[in-house]
Amino acid sequence: MNQCLQTIADYGLRSIGIGERLLPRTDFTLCQQFTLIGSGLIWNLYFVALSLTFGFVLANGLALAKASRNPWLRCPANGFIFVFRGSPLFIQFFLAYSALVLLPRDGVQLFGLSLSTGWLTRAWAGALIVLTLNTAAYSAEIFHGALMNVPKGDLEAADAYGMTGWKRFRRIVWPTMMRLAWPAYTNEAIFLFHATTLVFFSAFPAIQQMGDSLYYASYFADKTFNPFVAYPIVAGYFILLTLCLIGLFGVVNRRLNRHLPGAAKPLRYRPNLFR
Amino acid sequence: MFAMCADPKALEGLAWMLCYLTSGTHMLFYASFGTVLGLLAVTAPAALLLGFLGALAARSPVAPLRWIGRTYAAIVRGVPDVVFFLFVPIALDQGIEWLRSRVLCDPSVPVRQGNEFVVCAAAKMPLSTSPEWVHDLYGIALAVAAFAFVFGAFAANVLYGAMGAVPRAQLETAEAYGMTPRQIDRRILIPQMWTYALPGLSNLWMILIKATPLLFLLGVEDIVYWARELGGSKTSTYAYPHGDWRVWYFLALLGFYLGMTWVSQRIIDRMAARLSRGQATMAGEAIRKAGTTA
Repeated sequence: MNQCLQTIADYGLRSIGIGERLLPRTDFTLCQQFTLIGSGLIWNLYFVALSLTFGFVLANGLALAKASRNPWLRCPANGFIFVFRGSPLFIQFFLAYSALVLLPRDGVQLFGLSLSTGWLTRAWAGALIVLTLNTAAYSAEIFHGALMNVPKGDLEAADAYGMTGWKRFRRIVWPTMMRLAWPAYTNEAIFLFHATTLVFFSAFPAIQQMGDSLYYASYFADKTFNPFVAYPIVAGYFILLTLCLIGLFGVVNRRLNRHLPGAAKPLRYRPNLFR
Repeated sequence: MFAMCADPKALEGLAWMLCYLTSGTHMLFYASFGTVLGLLAVTAPAALLLGFLGALAARSPVAPLRWIGRTYAAIVRGVPDVVFFLFVPIALDQGIEWLRSRVLCDPSVPVRQGNEFVVCAAAKMPLSTSPEWVHDLYGIALAVAAFAFVFGAFAANVLYGAMGAVPRAQLETAEAYGMTPRQIDRRILIPQMWTYALPGLSNLWMILIKATPLLFLLGVEDIVYWARELGGSKTSTYAYPHGDWRVWYFLALLGFYLGMTWVSQRIIDRMAARLSRGQATMAGEAIRKAGTTA
């Protein structure tokens, strides 16, 4: 038990570079596998939390642009959504990485300021950008569909109250749009969470072996030639966290639907991974 | 390929590009697109079959079969698919070798010795004496198994939902005609479920297309592998030296996938229209109305 606590102290934050530098090489214990793989989850959570936040804002803008009458807004939004939804995330990672590597090493000179670019090729920034853009495209499609399904009666009622423009959007259209989009958006969030495991398996290198949970799981599986321990551990962690994510989104869903009688049905556990 | 390509150093401009793009390694790169399409062609029916069996199992009146069907669909949904792509090939490979070792080797020697997985030479799969292409084919077969396993679970979900969506009255009518359960499945349920299954299956097809670059993770020499190999900067010791061109190769792959999904979407839209014909759904009704007025 004490040994395991020591392991947790050594490797609990290993994925962000704190603690023991060398990974265990022989005589792997269950405790070590649980700790390191759990430590890798920090990255998965980091990616999903930040890209969901940024992606959400971007997706709202894109959905509105896609619904806009102005072709200068609509066409770029359509193109963006088509490119990111029509191509594999895996290829997007590779493309982004190989493009970011091409940026000049010693920074870009812009208006007399020198901007360094090295950090863009690191997973924490580069992969985050790709994930954000990717989820923004998928979410924009969901939000656009919801926007098109806002009941006409709601808009007429808003007109009758004399609401126009920004006020009508903020108080009538947007809340309804969110309410309609939420179940599909929950699925998208789960998919994004699962997609974070791709980061260190695509182009982005895990510097000093600081990787995500799947990175450590495959490390153990490679070293022990035994896939039957490490991979089920990742799977277990992911099922648990997916359930937490669903719980979190369920709270928001209840809040969005609080004015509707009998609509406070809990979100069903159907992470059917369809985008 | 062309006679003028014999001396690449002397070439310039367009001729250089033409020779570069038709070099031997590029031919392998183009052939790997065939690998991807072949994988799709094999995996899609395999996954559909597995999904079909899964859906039938989940609806089965036999309880253990029902549990297997439902668990299969549920587990794969909750876990990232990459985990399965990494897990299934190794697990399958070790399972096969373990079974063979029990038959072909001395069963008293344990297979797991510490951190090693050891089987005798006779039980190796494929045998170390077999030619290179057998190893390649075996690797691809394992990859196909992993894809079919994951996507079979997704398909099982879709088909299970679609079977539930066929109007109950249709099945009751069939019962009233005295059809056996098997006849009902074959003549009423399965022909009608496709229109309900199509949106889910088309989605699945799109996801399958977009999952194919993950072949790279399984060690198959696919398009991602070649794009990385060919795109990396080449020094002047190579016949065609160039800088870091990976970004162009990946742009080409992006274009390939965009084309694939675009074409698929067109075909799916047509199929949806075709399958809606004569169905008691909104789309079917729209087709019927358009037919009578025209």
